[in-house]
Amino acid sequence: MTRRLFAPLTLLLVLVFLIGPFLIIVAASFSAGDTLAFPPQGLSFKWILKVFTVESFRDSFVMSMFLAIGGTFAALIMGIPASYAMSRYRLPFSETVRTVVSAPIIVPGIIVGLALLRYFVVPIGVPITLALFLAHTALVLPYAVRVVSASLNNLRPDIEEAAVLLGSSRLGAFFRVVLPNIRGGILSAFILGFVTSFNQVPVSLFLSGPGVRTLPIDMLGYMEIVFDPSIAALSSLLAFLSIGIVFAAERFLGFSRYV
Amino acid sequence: MSDRFLALDKLSLAYGNTVAVRDLDLEIRKGELLALLGPSGCGKTTTMRSIAGLMTPVGGRIHLDGTDITRMPANKRAVGLVFQSYALFPHLSVFENVAFGLKLKGMRGTELETRVTNGLKSVGLSSFANRKTPELSGGQQQRVALARSMVMEPKVLLLDEPLSNLDARLRLEMRTELQRVQKESGVTMIFVTHDQVEALALADRIVVMKNGAIEQIGTPEAIYNHPVSAFVADFVGFENIFAVRHGRLVTAAGGVMLSGALPDVAGLAWRPRSVSLGSGPLSGTVRGVSFAGGTREYVLETPLGTIKAEVDAALPAHGLGQTVAFDLPVAGAASLRRFG
Repeated sequence: MTRRLFAPLTLLLVLVFLIGPFLIIVAASFSAGDTLAFPPQGLSFKWILKVFTVESFRDSFVMSMFLAIGGTFAALIMGIPASYAMSRYRLPFSETVRTVVSAPIIVPGIIVGLALLRYFVVPIGVPITLALFLAHTALVLPYAVRVVSASLNNLRPDIEEAAVLLGSSRLGAFFRVVLPNIRGGILSAFILGFVTSFNQVPVSLFLSGPGVRTLPIDMLGYMEIVFDPSIAALSSLLAFLSIGIVFAAERFLGFSRYV
Repeated sequence: MSDRFLALDKLSLAYGNTVAVRDLDLEIRKGELLALLGPSGCGKTTTMRSIAGLMTPVGGRIHLDGTDITRMPANKRAVGLVFQSYALFPHLSVFENVAFGLKLKGMRGTELETRVTNGLKSVGLSSFANRKTPELSGGQQQRVALARSMVMEPKVLLLDEPLSNLDARLRLEMRTELQRVQKESGVTMIFVTHDQVEALALADRIVVMKNGAIEQIGTPEAIYNHPVSAFVADFVGFENIFAVRHGRLVTAAGGVMLSGALPDVAGLAWRPRSVSLGSGPLSGTVRGVSFAGGTREYVLETPLGTIKAEVDAALPAHGLGQTVAFDLPVAGAASLRRFG
């Protein structure tokens, strides 16, 4: 009997461990009190509504969206041809390229951030927004290359030759038969990249400057000054946004196949 | 002219520094069904890919229908290729797969619809037009690939191991199908295979290749009955092959004289059923017997080396270990001009 209960109990504990903090945050965002506290005091939507009125949140949300969408887009523009070249041709340094491209995942963000700031942004005088954009692009690139490579490797290269023999150019074959077949992989890479960039803290922390911040950095700054439940409310909103995106992706694309 | 509808002149092909095909000369008639036969690595697939334009020769020329196509891009050649893996476009329906090339030519509307529908009808897949290709069986996928190439009305249709991915029953069906499509359309067809049975059954003419060069060209009958070399003989089922020197067979036991004068040839080869068992000047010990329906197959250990014989199963069987007399009748042997 105890053996049969062991597995479900473990599962329950893991779920509590994973989801518990999130539930606490969600509960705290509906608090009627003035400080971040659990259990919440009373029930109200005022902190949820307040989130939308804080101007710096709006600005940094726009910045984060710009970085996440623009950075991921840029990473895919570079990553798709790179993945294609690595999967279709035997290039002399393709293993090296693969390793270098993966570096931002392996190297701690703090180090990447510090290095970019100390040896790139400061000496060259790169504008903050551009620096953030380049950094996010680099951070997302590994995901773009990995996910797109995985779906390219599942695609037979001879369909391109078939397209060429039916009258298509090489480039045309890429757009007519390669791209449509890796569409799912590209969208998955986009979502993964978007979420990665949007939630990125350490690198953005180093590179953020006066007036230019990403949303997570802005939230950290806000919490140092004000300790009201609007932070919990904003966190809940962001979490539901992520969950919604990933759920939709899984539902329509079979996201988990690519990641 | 029509004998040189497709001509390969001194064609040489290489992968980097590895030469795959060397100075190959081949002329193919219009409407011919030609087989490139050989073991893997003999250059047959490479030759086919160069005709398609998927590979640029390092030397020599290719002419098709009077035009030098050696440097012509693959998408301008009007050469069709049915891939071994079929290479269908997985994101498109059967109809769209077949329509792919025609659409690129700018064909639209009812003309497109008619051509594709006729193409599908000719391979018996009319009711499958709206299916996704991954849902189809291997045989059906191959028919789609065939239709996809045929609707383009290619000057030459190439097929890479067209039957090797199919099971035995489908293989026979597809063989008939390919012959029918070829006769109906009159298209010049070249297919690559490593299976002699396939080549013999389908082709008007067979090109046997070895190490990037042509070993023998001939009709199925010529290849089957009169192989020119030990390699071809071995490939088409001659299991007892000997070199001939100074009027004697070169064997494990030294030079052996046979009854009857030996022709002036480099070698002689016998199929197992050309070996006469039960009488003769030679003898061997039975090391293996297997029943094969109408016949019985023997493996004999003899002073000449291992001899394989096949005789009518109605004759009394020889047991393992028995000593049996046999003969290698010169009249039943294939004369080899080259040994090697």
